[in-house]
Amino acid sequence: MLGPQSSLVMYDEEYQRILTLLEKLLREANSKVIFLVDKNGQLIAATGETENLDTTSLASLTAGNIAATGGLAKLIGEKEFSILFHEGEKDNIHISIIGGRVILVVIFGQRSSLGLVRLRVKKASNELAVIFEDLVNKSEQEGSSSDAPSPFAEITDDDIDNLFN
Amino acid sequence: MSFINYASREINCKIVYYGPGLCGKTTNLQFIYNKTAEESKGKMISLATETERTLFFDFLPLALGEIRGFKTRFHLYTVPGQVFYDASRKLILKGVDGVVFVADSQEERFDANIESMENLKDNLEEQGFDLEKIPFVIQYNKRDLPNVSSVEELSNLLNPRKVPELEGCATTGEGIFETLKAVAKLVLNNLKKGG
Repeated sequence: MLGPQSSLVMYDEEYQRILTLLEKLLREANSKVIFLVDKNGQLIAATGETENLDTTSLASLTAGNIAATGGLAKLIGEKEFSILFHEGEKDNIHISIIGGRVILVVIFGQRSSLGLVRLRVKKASNELAVIFEDLVNKSEQEGSSSDAPSPFAEITDDDIDNLFN
Repeated sequence: MSFINYASREINCKIVYYGPGLCGKTTNLQFIYNKTAEESKGKMISLATETERTLFFDFLPLALGEIRGFKTRFHLYTVPGQVFYDASRKLILKGVDGVVFVADSQEERFDANIESMENLKDNLEEQGFDLEKIPFVIQYNKRDLPNVSSVEELSNLLNPRKVPELEGCATTGEGIFETLKAVAKLVLNNLKKGG
């Protein structure tokens, strides 16, 4: 499991595996949009009808929501609430925590149902947890091997100054 | 902590503005929002009370440009400054990469600054961070007001580690981008070291 302190590193291969899985879940759960967010509010991946959606804001608010609910859970002696569900007039949001650190968000309308979404999410969660486990192992290996230096090792003060010009 | 995405070639970092109630954290973000080009910023979100006091957080995503082929994105957050919102403040510090402490320079807020700084230290520790090690800058805000403590006095009290410190006036924008730049620099340098 990813610790709260470790940087999350995403590689092409795992990103593609995640995207394939999310697309499959999107179809099987008859949902509209699916996205995956880091608990710190960073958007990891999104699929579905995302064109008119502010995914960055959604990601940060989802993380805030999970953090607030997690705080509530601790107050009553629970570790966390692993599933949240918000029901709207037309669309609904199903939020679940995967592997302790990643948040899976499924937005669905009347073409689907809470039962179907829960069922499909449960299966996909196990598969996603495996990918994230691989990701952690991989980034630990890459981090410890000296022949693959960080691409940021070469950053200069000028590079940083240029960002603000 | 930072999120490095090799698939989309992006670095994402989280910066939190901390400080006592009404010190100008939200105003800092609003100024940055207003002065940033449309294509470099996302929507600013403020979860505030009806009287415009921050209830949970403000959020501003910024895309600063590329470094070594990686797009750098900074997510700026503020915490609610009022003492009784401590539970919320803790949550926002999760996964932080850099902290800006906005101090209120007014003499009557002297104690509030100290209290907030102590609170920051405690809350960071609870999340497993050490204020002595994390990228950290201090902004002495409201320098335009008449009843302010001297920077030297504030510095002696709030900045024993001598981290970068800047004078600011969040309403006119003085020192605001300088503060952001200072903390971004520390965060990216930290990344360079593999932090």
